[in-house]
Amino acid sequence: MEVLVFLVPLALALGLLGLAGFLWSLKSGQYDDLDGAAWRILTDDETR
Amino acid sequence: MSSCCAPAAGVVRPAAPDLSHFVRRLQSGVEHLDLAIDGMTCAACMSKIERGLSDIPAITRARVNLTNRRLAVEWKEGALDPAQVVERLRELGYRAYPFDAASLDSEDDRAARYVLRCLAVAAFAAMNIMLLSVSVWSGNVTDITPEQRDFMHWFSALIALPAVAYAGQPFFRSAVRAILTRNVNMDVPITVGVLLALGLSVFETLHHAEHAYFDAAVMLLAFLLAGRYLELNMRRRTRAVAANLAALKADTASKVFADGDIRDVPVAAVDPGDIVLVRPGERIAVDGIVIGGHSDIDQSLVTGETLPVTAGEGTAVYAGTLNLSGLLRVRVSAAETGTLLDDVARLLDNAVQSRSRYVRLADRAARLYAPVVHLTALLTCLGWVLIGASWHDAIVIAIAVLIITCPCALGLAIPAVQVVAAGALFRGGILLNSGDAIERLAAADTVVFDKTGTLTLPEPELANAAAIPADCLALAGRLALASRHPLAAALVRASGAREPVAGAIEEPGQGIGAEIDGVPVRLGRPSFCGAAREAAAAAEADPEASLIAFAWGDRRMVLAVRQRLRPDAAAVCNRLRQQGYALEILSGDHGAAVESAARMLGIAAWRAAMTPADKIARIEQLKREGRAVLMVGDGLNDAPALAAASVSLSPVTATQMTQAAADAVFLGERLAPVADALAISRKAFRLMKENLWLAVVYNIIAVPLAITGQVTPLIAAAAMSGSSVLVTGNALRAAPWRTRAAGEPPASMPAVSGPVDVARKRVAQEVG
Repeated sequence: MEVLVFLVPLALALGLLGLAGFLWSLKSGQYDDLDGAAWRILTDDETR
Repeated sequence: MSSCCAPAAGVVRPAAPDLSHFVRRLQSGVEHLDLAIDGMTCAACMSKIERGLSDIPAITRARVNLTNRRLAVEWKEGALDPAQVVERLRELGYRAYPFDAASLDSEDDRAARYVLRCLAVAAFAAMNIMLLSVSVWSGNVTDITPEQRDFMHWFSALIALPAVAYAGQPFFRSAVRAILTRNVNMDVPITVGVLLALGLSVFETLHHAEHAYFDAAVMLLAFLLAGRYLELNMRRRTRAVAANLAALKADTASKVFADGDIRDVPVAAVDPGDIVLVRPGERIAVDGIVIGGHSDIDQSLVTGETLPVTAGEGTAVYAGTLNLSGLLRVRVSAAETGTLLDDVARLLDNAVQSRSRYVRLADRAARLYAPVVHLTALLTCLGWVLIGASWHDAIVIAIAVLIITCPCALGLAIPAVQVVAAGALFRGGILLNSGDAIERLAAADTVVFDKTGTLTLPEPELANAAAIPADCLALAGRLALASRHPLAAALVRASGAREPVAGAIEEPGQGIGAEIDGVPVRLGRPSFCGAAREAAAAAEADPEASLIAFAWGDRRMVLAVRQRLRPDAAAVCNRLRQQGYALEILSGDHGAAVESAARMLGIAAWRAAMTPADKIARIEQLKREGRAVLMVGDGLNDAPALAAASVSLSPVTATQMTQAAADAVFLGERLAPVADALAISRKAFRLMKENLWLAVVYNIIAVPLAITGQVTPLIAAAAMSGSSVLVTGNALRAAPWRTRAAGEPPASMPAVSGPVDVARKRVAQEVG
């Protein structure tokens, strides 16, 4: 069971990574326009 | 458009307005403009706008926000005139209105984002701690060693303590604020519960105990933060629509610059002391004093009085009034002493100050709840000591009582209903200004209406169209196209005329004359058309209507234009009466006009010629009689009464000051939202009370368990999430509310059928 000493912190670290990811996406405004984002995925990229 | 031949007289194409006031300069040498877009309905519009704008090479970024129907445009500094963007959007078929940059990143946005961050932290912590807790619970009944349990507990503490320190702040702050003002709100027991649970858990962990409550404390915070975020988000959505509407309505004014230059600027860029020009037929966009010119002014939207007043040098004019006949020079003023505006502002201040503070249902519940729960915990502790338990055990059990009663369900019971009800109101075209308006609406038993602009539509309409021969009506309508007079606008709407009469000439303050096949045609004042006799007869038949005469050769007729009741006003009044509401009209208009409206609606209690102070006095009187008054009004003169009433509504066409004083704003031409708002709020209030009782029942079951010391962390966690789900589920019963076709759904930008809008449409028609 000593393996828990590594595994639990590892799980926590992965979780923190997820939290950091969420906070980043929040900060970069990805939740500002949920309706628009749902449609944008369907439109083709413009070739410029 | 086919009718692009602009008539010569009376039409001035407005120059491109000066938008520089709205442009924000970012540090990187980029200029940024935010626009509210009208007419954007679907995803196709989104890509059409973005592609259409990328045709302009100077634009570096154009991004549509479909959720709140806004557009952000950026370009290199000085590379583009912002008016070009608006012009390009007009070509694409959308009308765009700039936002005041200062009003953009609002307090609500920041608060919602902060709470969402707290929620993310709390939810993350709750998930991880729960993972560890489940291991401990299953280990406790199998083969976990005390060392492993301590390790898990210490790890839980490591996650829980910083998470609560961060995510609990919204509650801690509010609780401290409440205590400092010697109050109790729901956040006080929440804070006490969370902190005690954490403290006890740390203490127990230090003593290698079996139970710790880290998961319960953090989960409680996560649930409550979710409720709070939903509430904030609802408010933010409502605000976004309201801000768009404000931008749509935002007027321009013709400002006279120091060098004599006259340019159209947004009203936000006009300061007190500036001088603006107001042309006949224009709505005055600012408050001020006339310093040149003579005219008649229709003040009905401001004072409720439907008869025009004469304005000359020194007359005070108000934003929202209509300049009927002459060109005016107006010096812009903030509220000057002795004017109506000053009166209203003073009364409004008093009304807001003396407004008896409504105590929210949640806070009333907290006032009962906190002492009962804390006393129960204390008695439990003493009781256990009396029957011989150790102080340590007694305190542990007492804290378990606090944890199990911690108002998780109570904290969600009311916000959850509020969110669902606000959503239903939103779909019905009602935008809430204040969160507790739902509760106050539910308590209302008396509805007081203003007449002009509230029971009636703000725009006048042709009343006797049926009595006018079709050919005359069509020709009169075509003539009317040459004028910007509001009565002429009503005539144009009624006749559906599109093709102006060539060579029509407007004589200011008199009317329009032309010649068709050698026959003279005239439209305007009865004296101008030689129809004084007919006009006198018509005035006798309908004393409230404004009259326009029409002369074609030797045919004479009189057209009566008057304000019409909202299409469903009578039905709504009946519905309200059947539901037991007392109805009353308080109007600033003259007696005859109010009486006829009251008769048509079957409202026996009406008062006419009321000043703002009279209206307040009447409402105070009603309140002293023990009534809860809902005031519905739109005029500047209604603003103090709206603030003085228990709860208030105003139509979206109301003046800005009035809307700010109202608790909610309703959209569209119909009056139905008033009745809907009352019905939805009553249902919501019932659900709130139901939820509170559910929470009480849950406590009656759970508390004895806690008092007898049977509550383990597992039971606490299950009870807490169970009761929260129950309460939220009950709140969702409010979801099937669909108000029957209450005007245009605000999801697509609601059209402001206001006067400004109509004026703009007409200009567009005229100049093609």
